Amino acid sequence: MSTNVSIDAKDHDRSPHPSPLPLGEGEQGFRSFHNSVIVCHECDQLQRKIALPPGGAATCCRCSALLYRNRRATPASSLALLLAAAIMFVLANAFPIFSLEMHGIRNATTLFGAVQALWHKDMPLISALVLFTTILAPAVELSTFIGVLSLLHFRRGCQALPWLLRLILVLEPWSMIEVFMLGVLVSLVKLWHMMNIVPGIALWAYAALMVLLAAATATLDARELWDRIPLRA
Amino acid sequence: MSRPHAIPSAAAIGLHTCHACGLVLRVPPQLRQARCPRCHAGVHLRKPDSITRTWALLIAAAILFIPANLLTIMETHSLNSTQRDTILSGVVSLWNGGSWPLAMLVFFASIVVPMVKLISLTFLLLSVQRGSTWRPLERARLYRLLEFIGRWSMLDIYVITLLSALVQLQSFASVSAGPGSIAFGAVVVLTMLAAMTFDPRLIWDALDQGHG
Repeated sequence: MSTNVSIDAKDHDRSPHPSPLPLGEGEQGFRSFHNSVIVCHECDQLQRKIALPPGGAATCCRCSALLYRNRRATPASSLALLLAAAIMFVLANAFPIFSLEMHGIRNATTLFGAVQALWHKDMPLISALVLFTTILAPAVELSTFIGVLSLLHFRRGCQALPWLLRLILVLEPWSMIEVFMLGVLVSLVKLWHMMNIVPGIALWAYAALMVLLAAATATLDARELWDRIPLRA
Repeated sequence: MSRPHAIPSAAAIGLHTCHACGLVLRVPPQLRQARCPRCHAGVHLRKPDSITRTWALLIAAAILFIPANLLTIMETHSLNSTQRDTILSGVVSLWNGGSWPLAMLVFFASIVVPMVKLISLTFLLLSVQRGSTWRPLERARLYRLLEFIGRWSMLDIYVITLLSALVQLQSFASVSAGPGSIAFGAVVVLTMLAAMTFDPRLIWDALDQGHG
């Protein structure tokens, strides 16, 4: 069986810690090796890294999972987009999403107001779920992402960097702003024919937030930042 | 079926990959609980107890899927009547109300997606446990699809939240969430967790063992 990887079993006995490949070579040696080999995160296939044209993406030779990209955009542009998204996120939470009017009664709610209303109506579980997926997770994810990118941008080392990056990756699947946005649209259509609906500031903020977040994810995936975190061997 | 690659999987030649940051590692065999030198996450060859944990979460989700569909998820009180909607009856009333694209959307997000997730994850678990080498690429794609669509089931939860907060027009109309919504929310969370604990590497391990 031919492989591109050299393994010397002797090293196992010397080192009590897991070590990045290959062992025993200097910093330079590690770099050259690390940049030449990648393991698919979905099927565990070991494969050679290849150089990509700008804008290109590499997929796994066995399971076709996306492995890495060569981005045209710089992390600085992602940082700008995320900062704009953070401003929109604050606006989206500070103002009512929409208000409705029927028989002279007018009702408006912010997202947090809706969460509170559910809590007081004996639905604490649903209330907590909505709070977490639409406010807490996106807020922490956004601010952490901005923090990590700023630290890297200004070349500040930070002990907590790996933890922050892992926090982003853990929260990522639970931050569901785009699903909530679809929920807002469905509610609007449901109420449209029976009540008078006035769109609020937050509705426009959410629309802008969606565009900014989509642009930010198109320029950078948090996983790509691992390569920029130094190893303490 | 011939094996397409001369290069083995990382695990087959004793290499670990950090599941959090992707660093390729050689872990000494005597080391029990290894930590990644880059991100400090625990290093495992495969997600720990993947099959057992996924089964547990999946079975819990399947049980809760029944009350999620049978109980009312939304109650609409108006002047002289109270309408109790289950997920399906909500879709039907949307359809009858003429907004059929919306009915399709809610039907897809609230009924089709959770069912597809439950059935597909069961299928993936069984195929992995039997050591199946049948169409691994298609099964890997199915898993990728499950990870992507899972979150969209939350749609109904958000609609109920917004409606019950906004439609509080004293005696004219008011909307409140029903007990079914708790079960439904739990199904969405549990199926998402189940998809996360399932390790897609297991799909390919059967091929490596069969030919290695």
